[in-house]
Amino acid sequence: MTAEAGLAALWLAAALAGLQLLLAGLAVKRGEATLLGAVRPVAIVQGIMALIAMGALIAVFCASDMSVALVAENSHSAKPMLYKFAGAWGNHEGSMLLWVTILGLAGGAVALFERRLDERTLIATLGGQAAIALGFYAFLLFASNPFGRADPAPPDGAGLNPLLQDPGLAFHPPTLYIGYVGLSVAFSFAIGALVTRDVGPAFARAMRPWVLGAWIFLTLGITAGSYWAYYELGWGGWWFWDPVENASLMPWLAATALLHSVTVLATRDGLRAWTVMLAVVAFSMSMIGTFLVRSGILTSVHAFAVDPERGAFILALLAIYIGGALALFALRVGTVRAGNTFEFLSREGGLVINNLLLSVILGLVLIGTFYPIVAAAMGTQLSVGPPFFDGTAGPIALVLVAVMAAGPLLRWRRDDMQAVLERLMLPIAATLFAGAGVFVLSSKPVGALSLAGLALAAGLAVASVAPLWKRDLRRAPLFLYGMVVAHLGIAVTLAGMAASTTWTEERLVAARVGEPVQVGPFSVTFEGVNPVLGANWSALEARLAVQRGEDGATFYLRPQSRFFANPVTNTSESAIATTLDGQLYTVLGQPDNAGRWQLRLWWKPWVTLIWLGGAMVAIGGALSMLGHILRERRATRRAMEAAWA
Amino acid sequence: MRRAALLALLLCAAPAAADSGLPPAALAYTQLPDAAQEAKAKALMETVRCVVCQGQSIADSDADMAGDMRAMIRQRIAAGETPAQIRKWLIARYGDYITYDPPLSAVTLPLWLAPLVLLGLGAWIARASFRRRRRTNE
Amino acid sequence: MRRWLLWLPLLALLVVLGFAARELMKPADRTVYSAMVGQPVPDFALPPLVPGKPGVAAAEFRAGQPRLINIFASWCIPCIAEAPQLMRLKEMGVPIEGIAIRDTPSAVTAFLARNGDPYRAIGDDKVSRVQLSLGSSGVPETFIIDGQGKIVKQHVGDIRADEVDAIYQAWRAAR
Repeated sequence: MTAEAGLAALWLAAALAGLQLLLAGLAVKRGEATLLGAVRPVAIVQGIMALIAMGALIAVFCASDMSVALVAENSHSAKPMLYKFAGAWGNHEGSMLLWVTILGLAGGAVALFERRLDERTLIATLGGQAAIALGFYAFLLFASNPFGRADPAPPDGAGLNPLLQDPGLAFHPPTLYIGYVGLSVAFSFAIGALVTRDVGPAFARAMRPWVLGAWIFLTLGITAGSYWAYYELGWGGWWFWDPVENASLMPWLAATALLHSVTVLATRDGLRAWTVMLAVVAFSMSMIGTFLVRSGILTSVHAFAVDPERGAFILALLAIYIGGALALFALRVGTVRAGNTFEFLSREGGLVINNLLLSVILGLVLIGTFYPIVAAAMGTQLSVGPPFFDGTAGPIALVLVAVMAAGPLLRWRRDDMQAVLERLMLPIAATLFAGAGVFVLSSKPVGALSLAGLALAAGLAVASVAPLWKRDLRRAPLFLYGMVVAHLGIAVTLAGMAASTTWTEERLVAARVGEPVQVGPFSVTFEGVNPVLGANWSALEARLAVQRGEDGATFYLRPQSRFFANPVTNTSESAIATTLDGQLYTVLGQPDNAGRWQLRLWWKPWVTLIWLGGAMVAIGGALSMLGHILRERRATRRAMEAAWA
Repeated sequence: MRRAALLALLLCAAPAAADSGLPPAALAYTQLPDAAQEAKAKALMETVRCVVCQGQSIADSDADMAGDMRAMIRQRIAAGETPAQIRKWLIARYGDYITYDPPLSAVTLPLWLAPLVLLGLGAWIARASFRRRRRTNE
Repeated sequence: MRRWLLWLPLLALLVVLGFAARELMKPADRTVYSAMVGQPVPDFALPPLVPGKPGVAAAEFRAGQPRLINIFASWCIPCIAEAPQLMRLKEMGVPIEGIAIRDTPSAVTAFLARNGDPYRAIGDDKVSRVQLSLGSSGVPETFIIDGQGKIVKQHVGDIRADEVDAIYQAWRAAR
C-alpha cells in the first residue's frame, strides 16, 4: 500500500507542476491578481507531495518490503537500519526521486519565503521551477519508477554495495543534491528575470541568499564526499579528478563565480548579462553532473548503474531546459539595459578577475572531463587525469588565490595603486616569509605547486582577516565575518592540500608480529589478526599498537579486511588516528605465504585541514547568508517605519 | 565484452573475487629502499591507469594486475631506468590510454591549448566590463 | 559586447551535448587493446610450470611456424568456457603456446585434467611480466603470431565457438 501511495503522491506532484506552469504562464501574460495569487499555494503543495513520495520510498526501504522491486534489487533485510534508510537513495530511482523532491521543496520554499522580488518576476520564476520539475517527474514516472512491484516477491533482497554501507551515504548524497538542485532556484530566477526583463540590484539581492544556500550545501557535500572517499577507498587519496568528482566540482565552481558576480550586481549594478548567464550555467552544470553520473558514459571509480536509455532521457531534458534558457538568454539579454562598467583597480575589478579565473577553471574541468569522449569520436582511446588538471587548473587556481587575498582589501569604485600596495604589505610579507621558511626548513623537497600553495595560503590567511583590522568587531556586519571565515577556510584547505602532498610519509610493509615499523613520528607494531563479526559482515581485524615518539602513550588501531555476503564483496576498512597535526592512516592487506601481513601505513601531516577548511567555507557561507537576510529584513522594517512616520 | 577483467571491473572492491589466490608480487605492496627512487616510482604510478579497474590509477588499485605493474615499475626504476622511459614502454604496449597525462598529438592539441584559449577568451570578454581609458586627463 | 558572443554559451552546450549523444548512441569500446599488434613479439623466456611440458621462449617463434599464444589462468572463469574451442583449434593443427598468469603447478594440472589440454607448452608468468610486455589487459586473451615472430592479431576475451574459424583462417594466413 505504501508504495502505491507514494506513486500516487508522485503523480499528483507531477499534475500540480503542470498546473503551476500553466497558471504561471497565464499570470505573467495577463497580469491578473487572482492568477498571480494562485501560483504560490500550488508550488507549496507540489513540494509537499514530492516529500510524501520520498517518505513512502524511505518507509518501504525501512520495512524491507521485498515486493517493491527497487527494495529487492538494492536492499537486504539483514542490513543495519541506517543503511536501509539511506539506501533509499543509494540507487538510481531513489536518488532521482530525492532529486525531484528537493526540486519541489526548493520551489515551495521560494513560494513561501520570497517576498522581496517583484511579483511578476517571482511568478515567472515559479513557472520556470515547475517546468524543470515537470520534466523530471516525467523521467521518474515513465523511465525510473521507484515504486514498481516485483512479482513474485523474492524472499530477500540482493543487498547494497558494501562500499556504500557507510554513514557517509546518509549525509553526502542529500547535501550534494540540495546543492545541485538548489541551483535550480538561481536558474529559475534568471529565467524569470529574462522573461520580465528585470535584471538589477533588487533581483540580485533577492537571488543572493538562494545561491548562497545552494553553495553552502554543495561545499558541504563535496567536502564530505572527499573525506568519505579518503577513508573508504583505502589508499589515502582525497581527490582523484574522477569524472563523478568533477561532476560535483563544476557546479561548485560556477556557483562560486555566481556568488561573487551577484555581489557586483547587487552593489554596483554591473555584470548584468554575465550574472544571468552564470545562473543558467551553474544549474546546467548540475544537470550535466547528474547526466554524467546517471548515464555512465565516462569510466569512473564510482561504479553506478549504467543505462543509456535513461542517459538519453536526461540528455533530452538537458537540451530542452539549458538549450532553451541559453537561447532565451541570447535573444533577450540584448534588451536588458547594459550594466555599469568599472575601473580596473577596484573591488568590482577584482571580482571580475575572480569570475574570469573561476570560469576558466570551470572550462578546463569541463573540457578535461569530456575530452576522452571527444577523442573516442576521433577514434583514439585517451585518459585525462591528475597530471592535466593539476598542471593546468592548478596554477590558475593559485593566481585566483592571490586575487582572492587582494580583492577584499580593494575599495569599491576606484582605488589607488600606492594605497593598495601599502594595505597588501603584510600579506605579501607573510607569503614571502612562509615560502622561504618552507623552502629552507622542509625535510623533503617541495614541489613548485605545493611551495606556491603553502606560501599563498599564509598570505591569504593574513589577508582574509585584514578587513576586520582596526574595526569595531561588535559592529562589523555579519556578512563580513562570513567572507572572512570562508576565505580563511580556503587558505586552510589549500595549506592542508599542499602540506599533506609534500610531507606525507608512506610505509608499505609485509609485517611480522611484534616487529615495529616506523612511519613519520609513529612506531607501529603489528600484534596479530583476529576475526570479528559485524551486523552483516565478518572481518579479519589487525591489532596495531601505535606509539608516538619515544615515550608517547600507546594506543591501538584496528584496520579490517571485511567480507560481505550480500552482495559478495571484500572491502578494506582503514583505521585512522587523528592528532592535532595530521592523521595516521592504516590499512590491512593480504597475508603472504610466510606468515606476514601486508600493511599500508601513511602519516599525513595536516591532511585534516583540507576538510576543516571546507567546513569553514560552508560556515562562512552560512554567516554571510544570515547576515544578508537580516540586513534585508532591517532595511524593509526601516522603510516601513519611515512610511508610517 | 566477456572476460575476467570485466568481472573485476564490477567488483573492484573485491580483489579476491576475481583474481588469483597467489600472494602479490614482491614490490607490489612494498617500497624501494631508496627514498628518491621510491618517490620517482610513486609519481609515475599515480599517472598510470589501471587496465582492470579502469577508473583508478595503479597507485590506488587493489587489482592483481595493478600490483604487478607497480612491482615492474619499481624494479625498473631500481635498475636505473627513468620514469620517462618506462612511460614510453607502457604507451608502446597499451597506447595513450594507459597514461593519465595525455601525450601531445594532433588529437590532444586542442586539450592542451584549452587553458590559453580560455584565458584569452575570458580576458577579452572581461575587458568589456572595464571602463575605457579616459581620453582626457582629469 | 558583440551580439554573436551571446550565442557562444549555447554553441558550447550543443557541442558538449553532441559528443555526449554520440557516445550514448554509439558507446566507445572500453576494451583496452594491445598496441603491439604488427610488432615483433618482445623477447622473453618463461620457465615451465607443469611437469612434462616445456616453457615458452620468444626465440622459437621466429622459426617459420605461425602459432597462437593463449594467455590464461586456472582461476579465470571465462577460460573454462574457452577450453573446448582451444581443443578444436588444436585438433585442426594449430600449435598453441600457453602463458599461465599468477598460477601454481597443482592448480594448472587440475585445470588441464578437467578442461582438456590444448597447449604445446606452458610458460609460468608469476607476476604477469610477459602479459604486460604483450600489452594484454586480462585473461583470457589470444595472440596470433606469424612465422617471423610478429604479432598479427589479438583476440580479447574467450574465443566463442563461432569465432574458431576466423581464428583458424587468421592463423593460416599468417604463414
